[in-house]
Amino acid sequence: MGSYTSREIMAISAGRLVKDGDILFAGTGVSLLAATVAKRIHAPGSVVFFETGGIDPSLEELPLSVADPRVMVGTSINSGLAESLSLLAHPKLHTIGFVGAAQIDKFGNVNSTCLGDYTRPKTRFPGAGGACDAFSFAYGMVIFMSHEKRRFVEKLDYLSSPGWLTGWDARKKAGFKRGGPMAVVTNMGVMKFDELTKEMYLAEYYPGIEPEKIAQNTGFPIDLSRALPFAPPTDEELRTLREEVDPQRLILGAPAE
Amino acid sequence: MSLKEAVSLIKDGDQITLGGFTTNRNPMALCREIIRQRKKDIYLAVHSHGQGMELMIGAGCVSRIELAYGGVARFAPTGFRFRKAVCSGEVQVEDYSNFQMILRFMAGAMGLPFIATTSGLETDIVKKMGFPEEIRGKGRVPRHKLKVMRNPWNEEEGDVVLLPPLNPDVALIHAQYVGQDGTVRIQGLTFADLEEAKASKLVIITCEEIVPTEYIRRDPDQNSLPHFLVDAVVRAPYGAHPTACHHFYDYDSKHLRICAEMCKQDDDFQRYLNEWVYPFETQEEYLAKVGIEELLKIKANPAIGYAQGLDRR
Repeated sequence: MGSYTSREIMAISAGRLVKDGDILFAGTGVSLLAATVAKRIHAPGSVVFFETGGIDPSLEELPLSVADPRVMVGTSINSGLAESLSLLAHPKLHTIGFVGAAQIDKFGNVNSTCLGDYTRPKTRFPGAGGACDAFSFAYGMVIFMSHEKRRFVEKLDYLSSPGWLTGWDARKKAGFKRGGPMAVVTNMGVMKFDELTKEMYLAEYYPGIEPEKIAQNTGFPIDLSRALPFAPPTDEELRTLREEVDPQRLILGAPAE
Repeated sequence: MSLKEAVSLIKDGDQITLGGFTTNRNPMALCREIIRQRKKDIYLAVHSHGQGMELMIGAGCVSRIELAYGGVARFAPTGFRFRKAVCSGEVQVEDYSNFQMILRFMAGAMGLPFIATTSGLETDIVKKMGFPEEIRGKGRVPRHKLKVMRNPWNEEEGDVVLLPPLNPDVALIHAQYVGQDGTVRIQGLTFADLEEAKASKLVIITCEEIVPTEYIRRDPDQNSLPHFLVDAVVRAPYGAHPTACHHFYDYDSKHLRICAEMCKQDDDFQRYLNEWVYPFETQEEYLAKVGIEELLKIKANPAIGYAQGLDRR
C-alpha cells in the first residue's frame, strides 16, 4: 500500500483497538475518526456517543466537534451532559473513551490544563473537559499523543485526568471502581500498560519506525522488550477513512505526498 | 424585550452562566450586547465554553471563571483570548471537570448544600486551588473549591469528592422557540442549559421565534423549561451566530476561522470588535453585516437539522 499520514495511521491503529459491541465515548479530532472507521469496518455493532448528549448518531457527515449538530442527527436519543456522562460509569456497558492530551506520564495520567504554575501558567490548554470524567468512570481509555519527549514526561505539570495514578492498585485504593488507560496511540506506535505495575511499555511500532527511536522520544525509560511490528494499514482501512469518513479531510488534514 | 433592555438587567460583578457548548447555541447576541454595554468583572461559571466566552474575555468584561474547558473546537482548540487572559493573570480561573460542573448546577437547582462524585479523585483538580484564599467565601466564591472525604457509607471504597452547588446570578440561553407565555423549547442537545436555568436567579432567553402559547402547549412533550422560570425573552433570529442552532443554521466555519485568527493578537482582536460587535445597535444590523449570502449558506436543511454538504474547511 502507498504512503499515509500520521493522522491516518493513528486513526486506523486506534480503530483496531475497538471490539464489536463496545460503547465508544469520542472526543474531537482523531478520536472521532478512529471510532467512525472502526464502526464502518470491523465493529459495526459498536456505538459512538458524545459527552454533549448525542447518543449513537448516524454520522453521515463527520462532526468537527462534540457539539457539532452532526452528533444530534439519526441518534437513538438526544440528551445532555448529565445523561451522557452518567452513561460512562454504567457497569453493564463496556465504555471506551478516546481522547487526546498535551502531556502524559508513564502511568497514563494526563495533562490537558497548563504548563508551569497553575495560577500563572506559562501556557494554558483548554482544561479537563469531560476527559477527566471518562478517565474516572469508563471501562477503558485510549489516549492520542504526538510522540515527543516534552509530552511523554517523568512528571506532569498538572494532572488533569486520572490514569493508573502511581501504578499497581493505586486506582482502586483511591476510590475508582474500574477503568484505567488501555493504550496510547501516537504517530510512532502503540503503548500499553503492564498488567501488574501499570507502567507503560511499547506494544507495537509502525512501519519505518525503530523501537529505539520511540525510546529516544519518550521522556522516561520505556520497556521495548515486548514490542512487535504493527501490521500496515490495509487498502480497505485507508479507503474507508479517506472516502467515507472524512472526504473533506476536515480532521485528516493534508494528504500524504 | 429588546437585547438592550435584557442586558441592562445584568450588573457588573454578576456570576453568569452560558447555555450551549463550544460552537453550538452560544447566546451570542447577548454576549455581543454585554460587550457593547461594557459590563465589568463578570464571573463566569461554565462547563465547556467557546465563542461567547472568548469574545467577552477579550473585550475585558470577565475577571473570574470557573470552568471545565475553554476552547472553540477546531478553530481554536484553546481559546486564544482565554489563554492570554489566564497566563497574564487578567482573569482568575478555577478548573473542574464537565461532570463536576453539571453536578454543581444540579445541586444548585435542587437546593442541595453539596453533591458527591468520584470523578477527579487524586487529580490536580482536587489538589490545586485557582482562586486566592482571601476571596474564599466572599460573594459567589465558594468557601472551599471542593472537599475530599472518605466514603461515609463504606470506608473501604475509598474517597469521594464533595462539590459546592452553583446558583449563578444570571443564565443566558439561546433557544429555538419560546411561547408567548415564556415556555422554552430547545431542539437538539440541551447540554447543561436546563440545569443552568433551574439553578440561576435570573434567566434571560433569546430565541429564533416567539410562538403563540397554544402552539407551544399543543405538544408539551417537546418543551424544555416552564414559563415561570424565565425572566426575560428576546427574539433574536440567528442569535447564536457564528455558532450553530439545530434545525435553524449550522456553525459558520468561515466566520469562526477568521475570528480565531483575529483573537491571536490584541490589535487584531480590537479590529474584530470594531468590525463585528460595537457598530450594531440590534441583531438585525449585525445580520446585515454578515450578509444574506453567508446566512443562506449555513441555513439548516429543516429535515436534517444542519446544512448538508456545507464547506466546513
